[in-house]
Amino acid sequence: MSIPEDSVGIVTPQRTRFDDPLVLQCGAVLPSHELVYETYGELNEARTNAVLICHALSGHHHAAGYHSVEDRKPGWWETCIGPGKPIDTNRFYVVSLNNLGGCHGSTGPRSIDPNTGRPFGPTFPRVTVTDWVASQARFSDQLGIEVWAAIIGGSLGGMQALQWAIDFPDRLRHAVLIACAPKLSAQNIAFNEIARQAIVSDREFHDGNYLDEGVNPDRGLMLARMVGHVTYQSDDGMRDKFGRELKSGDIALGRDVEFQVESYLHHQGRSFSQSFDANTYLLMTRALDYFDPARKFGDDLVAALSETRCNFLVTSFTSDWRFPPARSQEIVNALVAARRNVISTIIDCPHGHDAFLLPVQRYFDVLTTYLQRVASEVDAPR
Amino acid sequence: MRQDLQIIADLVRPGARVLDLGCGDGELLHYLQLHKQVNGYGLEIDPSMITRCIQRGVNVIEQDLDQGLGNFADNSFDLVVMAETLQAVRQPDALLDEMLRVGEQCIVTFPNFGHWRCRTYLATRGAMPIAKHLPHRWYDTPNIHLCTFADFERLCRAKELEIIERFVSDTSYRPGPLINLLPNLFGTIAYYRLGRGQ
Repeated sequence: MSIPEDSVGIVTPQRTRFDDPLVLQCGAVLPSHELVYETYGELNEARTNAVLICHALSGHHHAAGYHSVEDRKPGWWETCIGPGKPIDTNRFYVVSLNNLGGCHGSTGPRSIDPNTGRPFGPTFPRVTVTDWVASQARFSDQLGIEVWAAIIGGSLGGMQALQWAIDFPDRLRHAVLIACAPKLSAQNIAFNEIARQAIVSDREFHDGNYLDEGVNPDRGLMLARMVGHVTYQSDDGMRDKFGRELKSGDIALGRDVEFQVESYLHHQGRSFSQSFDANTYLLMTRALDYFDPARKFGDDLVAALSETRCNFLVTSFTSDWRFPPARSQEIVNALVAARRNVISTIIDCPHGHDAFLLPVQRYFDVLTTYLQRVASEVDAPR
Repeated sequence: MRQDLQIIADLVRPGARVLDLGCGDGELLHYLQLHKQVNGYGLEIDPSMITRCIQRGVNVIEQDLDQGLGNFADNSFDLVVMAETLQAVRQPDALLDEMLRVGEQCIVTFPNFGHWRCRTYLATRGAMPIAKHLPHRWYDTPNIHLCTFADFERLCRAKELEIIERFVSDTSYRPGPLINLLPNLFGTIAYYRLGRGQ
């Protein structure tokens, strides 16, 4: 196949190593760790045009471009990152990494624990959004990026951008929070727990030591992904996409009926179970559950956001019931009360939480307009 | 800048915290940020207007005024501005209360339905007035709560709001001797600066 012209093209993941011990929030220490990442576009001489992409629950470093000409699928945010796209690689130097604890190359549960010579598996320490941000800050030092022009993320990625703004207020000019929330609701946590239980109750899970046993909790991961997937879409969106169409069988005869939506969920679940690590999934959902930047400030989000210095763009989607517009509004209200610069938009679209990954016209208009302004800010000599 | 917005801008104290209800393309807030160092936010629901605000770097928040201002704390702004929007909201009286809960003062501007052209239009033609300052037809107008200056002041009295300042002009935003003499008959647009009163 040929690579589209508006793509960043063939990209090669890079790997970097940190030999200073990293003390995690849980108290555990990682003596050394590695991060895998990709970059798109050119860093300008003043090093002011760097943009960091933070990935969501099941994301990774491969956000744009293709790894080879044979690649069937581009990076997960190909529609948004590239020359002339909202995150314009003609203007920005875009960095995307796989978070610590991930399963796409960065140090995580599948990595070898130097102390035992075996994979960490379930013994990989619990990491939080704060830990991720701390490790990303070290990574920024290594890249020689003192201040990010913008840090951008959807969902759990937005939470990292928000934590950055609080923990390193002088190291970013803009935070772009998409389909985000200041913390999870009981319902959010409940869905995560169902997903986790699906995994840990799989017979092949072996208390997380499935790698040692040479097996994989496929069924548990599949169920977890299926539950997740339903929460990422809206009722209307699923109705439009699948309705009650049948994949096979005949309702009248009551034989072997399979609806399109079932087939879709099975497919999504199966392919996920083959590409994602169960311990990483547990770790990432826990990071989501524990995220609560206001906690350190006496549960006062306004106080937490009073620490920030950057400008904010907060965007949500009307049909998102996982992190609905009201959750983004909580962030916006607190930013207004903290007298911070914030722009807030609510995109009317039927695609649910997943909309943040889709090229929705108005959403992209908003991103493009906002980021063009950011680009012209950082282009100018400081 | 739009002349009516310039008149409002002149009423704003430097460094004030300003909330602009129905901020449109952000022209007023942009000016106030640049020239009066205000910490300002605008509420707007029109996507194309919001995009213009983003271009300008104005703090715009997508929010429908008919859902109230419940997300803003008491006394969180020095000034709440609403330019030519009062007549288009569902509950103007409740919104006025909200404006003065959130802000210490507010500036409201609106077109005058008591202008002599409106009065004669209705009297002679027996039809809903269409005028330069009220260009819509009855069925396509966004203005669902038109009033006269007298009506508005009656409401302020009933609510015991303090009218700190009033400025009445013609459609070109100029005052005039006739307007000064009989504002409710000759004025087309009024600017009221209101406080909470006692």
